[in-house]
Amino acid sequence: MSNVLLTVAGLGKRFGGFTALNDVDLQVAEGERLGLIGPNGSGKSTLVNCLCGTLRNDMGKVTFGGHALNGMSAHRRTRLGMARSFQLPRPFTTLTLAENIRVPILYAANVKTGGHAVDPRERCDALLDMVGLLPKADLKPADLTQIEMRKLELARAMASDPRLLIADEAMAGLSNQEVDEILALLLKLNGQGVTIIMIEHIMRAVLAFSQRLVVLVAGRKIADGMPQDVIRQPDVVAAYLGS
Amino acid sequence: MRNAYFVLAALAVAVVTFAVARLIDNAYVFFAGYVVLQYIVLATAWNILGGFTGYVNFGTAAFFALGAYTTVVLHKTMPFLPLPAMMLVGGVVSGLIGLGMGYLTLRLRGTFFSIATLAMAVVAQTLITNWNFVGGSRGAYIIRPSDSPIFSGDYIQYLFVVMLALSVISVSLARAIQFSRLGFGFSAIRDDEGAAEASGVPTLKLKLIATALSGGLMGMAGAPLPYYVTYLDPASGFSLSYAVNTIAMPLIGGTATWLGPVIGAILLGTLQQVATVTISSALSLLLVGVLLVTFVIAAPKGIVGWFKK
Repeated sequence: MSNVLLTVAGLGKRFGGFTALNDVDLQVAEGERLGLIGPNGSGKSTLVNCLCGTLRNDMGKVTFGGHALNGMSAHRRTRLGMARSFQLPRPFTTLTLAENIRVPILYAANVKTGGHAVDPRERCDALLDMVGLLPKADLKPADLTQIEMRKLELARAMASDPRLLIADEAMAGLSNQEVDEILALLLKLNGQGVTIIMIEHIMRAVLAFSQRLVVLVAGRKIADGMPQDVIRQPDVVAAYLGS
Repeated sequence: MRNAYFVLAALAVAVVTFAVARLIDNAYVFFAGYVVLQYIVLATAWNILGGFTGYVNFGTAAFFALGAYTTVVLHKTMPFLPLPAMMLVGGVVSGLIGLGMGYLTLRLRGTFFSIATLAMAVVAQTLITNWNFVGGSRGAYIIRPSDSPIFSGDYIQYLFVVMLALSVISVSLARAIQFSRLGFGFSAIRDDEGAAEASGVPTLKLKLIATALSGGLMGMAGAPLPYYVTYLDPASGFSLSYAVNTIAMPLIGGTATWLGPVIGAILLGTLQQVATVTISSALSLLLVGVLLVTFVIAAPKGIVGWFKK
């Protein structure tokens, strides 16, 4: 694989006696669009949390852009260029939208460039404009609709100037048309050079988006390949529909 | 810079306050005013941790008393030190304790953190009670000099001026933090620590900065106390009323901004002083309780919250 950005090798995570992830291997190339699917409880979010440093993996290694990430805190991973959106939006509720975006600009994007390479205000406006929330810049997150909240979540993740964006169910609970909106947004970001891992249950969106599809079942990776091939694999079908 | 203008304005207010107090020409004004100013510092210091980052500290009395006991030690070993130098040392001691406490307890969240701070206050009080050098449970007597060392007037006027200066410093600091990068980081931690980390905020480091700053300012506020009361014993230095008042004032004023604790401290501090003189000293704590309950129910965002949407 050319220009590998993220390498996951033998990743394992246990919660007490329950094995959430078992020997997961994964490589993601620079600029790739990867779809990650699996039934509920298959370990998708645990994998994201281990990648982003929210959880510590018990076994295996994660390498990102040439850096070994084991034991690295979440905020340093963000500064290295790994951003995530949360499954349930987690905005900073007492801050305005503009201030929400400002936090990662101040603490991640500007730290990477070593100071004031970008004007926080301009960058903030540009990001809010990208997701169509500029007119609401001075409102609080409580005033937003569900899809606007998702957009804010994506804009905040993008504010850290990531090389890799992990979108954890950014479309769950949205209407058909709204799914298309978020999909277009993610494709646009990928067009700007951001590698994206999309975790999603909405198959229509996953298939439209992904260049490659990875399937997790019960903490194991059971498939990894072209989306159209993967969804015909018998064990993938069995995992979703029963054998 | 906006910060420089604010400091100038705060200094102007301080000078006017002192001039008015001198005009009234009654030592009691300075004794009562000192307590109100001390609470402005304590409430502002508490709010840096409790209001900005959302970690409720019940251990105010410990930081405050450790500052006061630092002065007792310095008074016995190095009596030639000027009071501001003693306050600086007291601030450093309490700041370091804050840093240590933060390191040990900041992995705890919510109520658990608060209980840990309360426990720390009890531990500190027990240590001081058993330390003979600073008087142990008997307490320590300190003779207050009669005259101010820097201008003509009573020593209490000097204490008043020193506390006035510390108020200007703490309020200016809190305001500067609120509008800085640090302030955004603190707010992010208060709202959602996980999301803050994911946004690149080094949460542990920022929380340690908050506990150290907050503890240090509390220690500085406590350092002149031995000269004010002239007799300091553990029970009064570590009194729970410091902790309760210091939490009540920002809550009544509003915790989100630098202004809330100032309003709360002036309002509640003055009310307590008036009640102590006109009715009884026991009533002042009752007042705090009643006001606190009223505000928590009727105006959870405090007085400052009324004026914001």
